[in-house]
Amino acid sequence: MTLSVRSVTVILVLLGLALVPPIASWVDQGYYTVLFARMLIMSIAAIALNLILGFGGMVSFGHAAFLGVGGYVAGIFIFHYFEDGAEWMGNGYVQLAATIVASALVALFIGAICLRTRGVYFIMITLAFGQMLFFVAVGLEIYGGDDGLSLYTRSEFPGLFDLNDRTTLYYVSYGTMLACLLVSWRLINSRFGMVLRGARLNDRRMKAIGFPTYPYRLVAFVISGVMTGIAGFLLANQTDFVSPSMMHWTKSGDLIIIVVLGGMGTLFGPLFGTIAYLLLEDILPSITESWQLFFGPMLILVVLFARGGIDSLLGPRSRPDD
Amino acid sequence: MTRSVPLLETVSLMKRFGGLTATDHLSLTVMENEVHAIIGPNGAGKTTLIGQLTGEIRPDDGRVLFAGRDVTGLPVHRRSHLGLARSFQITNIFLDFTVLENVSLAVQAHAGHSFRFFADARKERRLIAPAEAVIERVGLGRRRDDVAHSLSHGEQRQLEIAMALATDPVLLLLDEPMAGMGPDESARMVEILSGLKDELSILLVEHDMDAVFALADRITVLVYGAAIASGTPDEIRSNDAVLDAYLGDERP
Repeated sequence: MTLSVRSVTVILVLLGLALVPPIASWVDQGYYTVLFARMLIMSIAAIALNLILGFGGMVSFGHAAFLGVGGYVAGIFIFHYFEDGAEWMGNGYVQLAATIVASALVALFIGAICLRTRGVYFIMITLAFGQMLFFVAVGLEIYGGDDGLSLYTRSEFPGLFDLNDRTTLYYVSYGTMLACLLVSWRLINSRFGMVLRGARLNDRRMKAIGFPTYPYRLVAFVISGVMTGIAGFLLANQTDFVSPSMMHWTKSGDLIIIVVLGGMGTLFGPLFGTIAYLLLEDILPSITESWQLFFGPMLILVVLFARGGIDSLLGPRSRPDD
Repeated sequence: MTRSVPLLETVSLMKRFGGLTATDHLSLTVMENEVHAIIGPNGAGKTTLIGQLTGEIRPDDGRVLFAGRDVTGLPVHRRSHLGLARSFQITNIFLDFTVLENVSLAVQAHAGHSFRFFADARKERRLIAPAEAVIERVGLGRRRDDVAHSLSHGEQRQLEIAMALATDPVLLLLDEPMAGMGPDESARMVEILSGLKDELSILLVEHDMDAVFALADRITVLVYGAAIASGTPDEIRSNDAVLDAYLGDERP
């Protein structure tokens, strides 16, 4: 195996991310652990979106809704654990299982309807569902409505780990991100992945050679929804807070921008995209107050001149998983 | 050559687009192991007919029978599993995939379900071996690992055929397989298609008259969606109505 620029970059990035907590505590800047944990969690959502957007051609403009589903499951369970003393709801395994089931059901419902449409209609209807869930969250008065809900404690996984520890949460997010990369990598090269990618390239031909593409696209949508739900679960734990704003449509837009910025339909693009996006979002405001004035054009330049996003700057690829 | 069993049959098929009748009470049959060519001027409704046979277009009236079964209401992918395959008039392949991936995917569609999430599909012998055989057969062996968009037009047309063949069809619907080809490429395609005649039936829509008369056992002439004549190549060649309607300017 020869080491390409891309694989060297990937190895360095993954190594670098693994070393963030010790370095942050060494330079006594705990803030970086927080920032990079957020980065890892958002990259999970971006990897999930890329699976259907980049490989499946489904531009979901309501994907932040799944961040909300995962976040609210964590928030609501911990709320009842604290308020009503429901012991079982404080159990991290139960919370995670509930997150997976809830986001799978929501994705199944939304996907089953949205995937009957194509192109712009798909974008609009996923946006509509995203906004619906946003307003559902706003309407949840007992869980804070518009103001959201603070988490009094974080999820504990007895016998395994406790997310109340900042470093633990960081490495759990890191491991989850790696697992999602691994899942994506296997998935896109499997039979299932070939069908998904074929349906993006040429749905008509897929049907002509004998594939009913709808069930495959729907399952991909559900897998992506569950992954994003898990990201939401981690995000709620990381910020100790859930509110409707985490499922606002602009958050869905951020996810799409991250995927495009990093390189649609590439294995590591979403990770690169998230790091670049969140770093810029963090650094630019400290340079100038009108940072968005520079951020916007930068994104446009990437889209115009680096068609394959950041990933394409690392050299040509023969296969998306190179 | 057996000519007793009809493989595909349309019964009084009708399709209108607004005021235009694209298919007009069309009844035709394709026998087993027959090459049945459909010719007719532009706008005669040939592609619309193919669309109704594959299931992409729903007829307004009439029925499509395939292998003794009414398939009129069956979706495209289900018909593919009954052994109906098509090639497209405008090349319709997976441009970002390699030749092998294109054809393997067609094999995969007929090799069990694809809810398999882990194993690398490109390493499955069960998919690759039949795909390679088909690729050799249409003469694309040397292009096996090239990305489809890098192929020449003629090679892409060959890939079209390969993908249809990879679904192991009993009836091949070919929508102008020679479209846009030079004389050499056409000759090559005729050669490929004649090699298939013994194993399957072909419904051939084509403008290239040399190819049609070289390949067809039977020819149906379509004008404004209706069949004005049907018969052997010799009968068609000497049919006055056909000569007037269609071959007029090519009359020797």
